Amino acid sequence: MTALVVEARGVGKTFGSGPEQTQALHGIDMQIAPGDFISLIGPSGCGKSTLLRLIGDLASPSVGELTVNGKTPGQARLDRNYGIVFQSATLLDWRTVEKNVELPLEIMGFESEARAVKAQEMLSLVQLDRFAGHYPWQLSGGMQQRVAIARALAFNPSLLLMDEPFGALDEMTRELMQQEVLRLWQETGTTVVFVTHSIPEAVFLSTRVLVMSPRPGTISDEIPIDLAVRRDEDTREDSRYFALITEVREALRRGERGTKT
Amino acid sequence: MPAILAFFAVIIAWEALTRIFGVQSFILPKPSEIMTSFFETSSTIWGVGLNTLIEAASGFLLGTTLAVATSLAAARWVGFREGMLPMAIALNATPIAALAPIFNNWFGLTNPFSKIGVVAVVIYFPVMINTTRGLLEVDPAELELMRSVAAPPSIVMRRVQIPNALPYFFASMKVATALSLIAAIIAEYFGGPQDVLGQYIVNRAQLFQFPDAWAAILVASLIGMAFYALILVAERMFMPWHVSLRSIE
Repeated sequence: MTALVVEARGVGKTFGSGPEQTQALHGIDMQIAPGDFISLIGPSGCGKSTLLRLIGDLASPSVGELTVNGKTPGQARLDRNYGIVFQSATLLDWRTVEKNVELPLEIMGFESEARAVKAQEMLSLVQLDRFAGHYPWQLSGGMQQRVAIARALAFNPSLLLMDEPFGALDEMTRELMQQEVLRLWQETGTTVVFVTHSIPEAVFLSTRVLVMSPRPGTISDEIPIDLAVRRDEDTREDSRYFALITEVREALRRGERGTKT
Repeated sequence: MPAILAFFAVIIAWEALTRIFGVQSFILPKPSEIMTSFFETSSTIWGVGLNTLIEAASGFLLGTTLAVATSLAAARWVGFREGMLPMAIALNATPIAALAPIFNNWFGLTNPFSKIGVVAVVIYFPVMINTTRGLLEVDPAELELMRSVAAPPSIVMRRVQIPNALPYFFASMKVATALSLIAAIIAEYFGGPQDVLGQYIVNRAQLFQFPDAWAAILVASLIGMAFYALILVAERMFMPWHVSLRSIE
């Protein structure tokens, strides 16, 4: 049996205290194996981003047990196991594209030559090598997000966390980016946890979709995506793809109903 | 170009109106009188101007250095920040140039430090408050990004906070250039060596040589502009990436 990348048992998160208290997550159990591409999907306020932040040690669980690569999330962070991509690219304005990609390597103490080589390699991976010397503001939103992805993958993290990374992009760019992420995932073999509120996006990308329901946030359904590993534009017209979209949509509606009764 | 046209339009209107209404030169001299005086007394007024500039620039450097040191400490240590900042903001609202007579008393009328000190204190608060804000008002996502790769605080400071503070710092420096000259001249009004702009203007005014006084004010204004331009150049050098300086490609 291979070691799990993420394992959660009975994880909950409560914000605030007293009458102001809100329970964001409750009773989360999950297991993510190496090479998985897991999407967290659910309506806003279901705690999917909070769950991602707990995994990435940007917040701590109130109860339960959470391990990443068999360690606490805090230790995993210190060991630089995470690459993170947010909804906005968060590139540093004062650094060129190349220097932005180099930033994590710089923090880890890589020599400048090794950094430059790695940055070039990552930029050609996201097909932006021609833009190495540009500043972030000279790039489109989609290109900026590709730089952010190159930066997150530059140090070969074992886990890539993506929090609605394409939420601000137009539909066409979004679909191109999805192709891109799938290709990177296949080429690097990294494990991905991907937060989205788009059903087609979750189905197209994932090996497994975790459907979440709100108040308090729980995982209400788990849907394995049995599409072929190689996915392309034809996949988007595949009948199995549509069937899975329907399945996720129904699971979301069930989750929604469940909280009302 | 429109700025240059507007400038000459104002000068011509000034000249015309003072002539038409026969305004006495002790109330408002004609630009032509001021220019005559400007060229006739040029060696004197540039000399006193230089002395004042030396005071203003020394105070500027001292005040800025202290302000940046305080800002870095305030950004790094929460306790220091919470203890110091409210007091600094309160002091910033005080018209500090009013301290000039007290500085004369502390350091002596002829000691240049009594002027430099006033300038430094006047500059200190706006530069410190703005720079501290720049160091602290960082996009939270950028901080989380640094956290996710376990960057130590010193790296976060160097790589994120300081670059983020540069626009704030330069904005306050630009304000500080004018402030430093104002503070130096006001401090000079309260007495001290005679070969400085403040004293020269007071003396010429007392002798009813108003065109001379205005010529000296013109020198002060030219020095102020040059000082400001110097900061603009520095700004371009240090932050060519900033939104205000982006060239259209």
